[in-house]
Order: sequence, then C-alpha cells, then structure tokens
Amino acid sequence: MMRQIGAIAFNTFKGAVHERLFYNLLIFAIVMVTGSILVASLTLGEQSKIIMDMGLASHNLFGMLIAVFLGTGLISGEIERRTIHTVLSKPVGRTTFLMGKYAGLLLTLFTNTVAITATLYVVLALHPKIDPYVKGDMLTYVEPRLLLAIYMTFLELMLLSAVALLFSTFTTATLATVFSLSTYAIGHLSGTIMTMSSKRVSLATRLLVQGVHYLFPNFSQFDIKNQVVHGVAVTPAYFGYTTGYAILYLTLLLLIASTIFSRRDLG
Amino acid sequence: MPAIECTGLTKTYSVGLKKHVALDHLDFQVQEGEVFGFLGPNGAGKTTTIKLLLGLIQPTSGAATIFGHPSHTATARARVGFLPESPYFYDHLTATEFLAFCGRLFGLTSVAIHDATLRLLKQVGLEEAAHTPLRKFSKGMLQRIGIAQALINDPQLVILDEPMSGLDPIGRKDCRDLILQLKQAGKTICFSSHIIPDVEMICDHIAILVKGKLIRMGRVEEILDAHQETLEALFIRETQT
Repeated sequence: MMRQIGAIAFNTFKGAVHERLFYNLLIFAIVMVTGSILVASLTLGEQSKIIMDMGLASHNLFGMLIAVFLGTGLISGEIERRTIHTVLSKPVGRTTFLMGKYAGLLLTLFTNTVAITATLYVVLALHPKIDPYVKGDMLTYVEPRLLLAIYMTFLELMLLSAVALLFSTFTTATLATVFSLSTYAIGHLSGTIMTMSSKRVSLATRLLVQGVHYLFPNFSQFDIKNQVVHGVAVTPAYFGYTTGYAILYLTLLLLIASTIFSRRDLG
Repeated sequence: MPAIECTGLTKTYSVGLKKHVALDHLDFQVQEGEVFGFLGPNGAGKTTTIKLLLGLIQPTSGAATIFGHPSHTATARARVGFLPESPYFYDHLTATEFLAFCGRLFGLTSVAIHDATLRLLKQVGLEEAAHTPLRKFSKGMLQRIGIAQALINDPQLVILDEPMSGLDPIGRKDCRDLILQLKQAGKTICFSSHIIPDVEMICDHIAILVKGKLIRMGRVEEILDAHQETLEALFIRETQT
C-alpha cells in the first residue's frame, strides 16, 4: 500500500510540475520575494522587516493558490480525463489513491516552500551588499525564526489542501475552487467576526457566527508572521496546539473525503 | 471456477426525476481460457458492464465475481489487465515511465518492471518510442501502450473495452493477433466491440446486449448454425427488433 501511495504521489508531483499554473505561480512568487529588495530600498530603516513581510506573504499567497487550484483538480481532473480508470482498475483501493494524490500535492507545496524560503534567505543575506544605506554583514539579517512562520504557513497549506481535496471528491473543479476559496476566507475571518459580534447582535446571530467559527477550520491561528517579523515571542505550547489542531482537522477531512470517494461512481 | 460470473447485475441512473436502466439483470459466465466478446450498439451497456466488473461503478443490484472474488475488491483486480475505451493516459510520462508506474501499482519489483517493459514495448511495437512522452503519441500508439499496460502484471484475465476502435486495418489485425496470442498463452479475454467481423473471427463465446438487456449468448458456431446467417446480419436484425 505504501508503495502504491508513493507511486501515485510521485506521479501527481510530476504532473503538477509539468503544469504551467505551478511554475508560473512559483516564478511569480520568486519575482515578488526578489522584488521586495527594491521596495525595501525605498524606505528608511526596517528594510529587512519589509523583505521578511513580503517574503512570508508571498509564501502564503502563492502556496494558497497552488493548494486550491491544483488541489481542486486532483480528483475531478482525473475523472474528466478518465485517467482514473487506468489506476483504479488495478488493485489500488480508493483510499490509497486519495492518500497518494494528497501526498503528491504536499510534495508540490513543499517544493514551492523550499524554493521561496531559499530565495527569501538569499535576498535577506544579499541586501546589505546591494543597499549602501543598510549596515551589517551578510548574516546580520538572516533571521532563523522565519522558519517558524514558514512552518505554520505550511501547516495551513496542508489543511487547505485537505479542504480542496475533499471538495474535489464530489464536485467539479470550478465549484470545488469556489468552495475552497470561500472556506479559506471564512476560516480567516470567522474569529474576527465572532469577536466583533460578541455584544451588539442578537443571540441567534451570535450562535450562527459561533457555529461557523467552530465548524470551519480556523486558518487565522496559523498566522504568526507579524510576531516573527517584529520579534514577538510565540510559545512552544502554541506551536504544539496548532500542529495538533491541523493534524486532527485534516485527518477528519481526509476521512470524510475517503468515505465520499469510496461510494462515488466513476463513470 | 469461471473467470467472470455475473448474477442479476443491474445498474440504473437517475436522469432528472426519471430512472434510466443502463443494465437490466445481466446473467453470464466467462470460462477460463476463452475469448468472450460483448456485442452491442452504442449505449447497449457494454462499457457499463465492464465498469461494474472493475468496481469503477457500483451495481444497483446483483453481483459479479472474478475468479471467485467479489469484483469490486483489490484481490479480484490483481489478476486482471484492463484497456479502457479511447484511452487517455498521463501525458507527462514517457512510455517507459508509464509502464513503470503501472507496474508499481501492481507491487512488481523494479527488476520485474524493467523486464516486462522491454518485453511489452517489443510486443506492441513501441520500442523506438520507449522514451517519448505520451502527449506525442498518435491514437494508434496510445492504444498500443494501453494494451502494454494492461499486460504489465501478466494477468490471467484481460478485459478490453473497444480495443479495435480507431485503429487502421493493420492495427486491427495486430490487435486480433495479440488476442489470439494471449489465448494461446492460456489467458481469458473479455472484450467489447461493434466491429462484428473481428468478433466473429476471434471469439469463442459472444453475448449481444441491446438497451441494457442480454438478448443472445452462446458459442459463435452454434449461433451461426442455428440462424443460418452471418453474425453481422443476425446482429443488425436483433438490434433493430
């Protein structure tokens, strides 16, 4: 079973890196991270923070686009092109197929993360050399805590990929994209809306907002970019809790996806 | 033990508020070592039957087994090779990579995959295209690589959905020869087609499906002897009544 998952994952990864969408997004992300050096040079002081901010935002934005646009086509694309018939006519279980597709998407996202992170660190290391107003040597602005924010964003992308995969098991790629983006937006905003609506609205509205907040994945809790950029401490307990939350939630989503997909006719 | 056994196999689809019966209580057996042909016009239920046999869709009622195992299980599919109709494969892979991928899905070792790849590419005449991406393949070449992937696990049962469709006369002859070679090697072959002369030439048993119902089944010679007409004439008469 692990060998089958590996074969499907590697094939999914290979298919993804052949997609124009993937490398276009990756090139855009790298251009944006590299371009941050120009934006930073237009400001007085805090240049490294601007580079870090833009780098982390690029990782989040382009990772989100890859997770949603590739994730939502994972199953529906196979069904539309009928490539799924070739795979599932072999002794491959549907859950195995689903896990392989998910692992392939994570491999793609990991490659994207490594490329953006490497670019970000190179830009941070080089910017004292390029900008004459920045003082310090090449290692002055290389901030190891950036990896913590990147780790949290990767967890968020793992969860978002599971959301996209779930929608992909029962609807078209277009609808799955709409649903995934909506879930992402709700997951980022529900906490804020709940805080804002805690006093000034009716009980029914408050219960509805609370229901949505607890039902949808809370994506905002993965966002520690500001803390990292501005040097605010994040406790190990917070990392532990958020990691556990992500793993538990995505396991639940994959179980639901597997249940739906196992019953689906692949006509 | 029959290679394939279907009992009361039925599949209905909902089309709006109406029910469409794609397959209506299909009962048949395919014995080991024979070539079994499914005949029928478009929409007769041939592909639906094959998809049910492979567990790609679930029956509304009835059951099917492959070598005694429920057909929807991975155990049943381990001994099966399948060529889909108008195959479309992962076009980012080369022919060799694609066969290696299929071999891994069957749990074959790297050595077994390597040996089978060389043998099958030669068998289907694609040795020179071994490292060509599938997106550059013609329809005939895709059909050939489709046959090669269906044989990667040295299956006991080979299911081919419209294997001759889209092939030129030489390709059709090659496909017929391949089916006969497989039969000589002791394999069971079950295929669907509406190219009647091919079916008449290579099948031991046939089944004629019309609108989801099995209207005739038996040995080819017995059917021809009983009706004193060509299979093509019989097929046209049966499907029009």
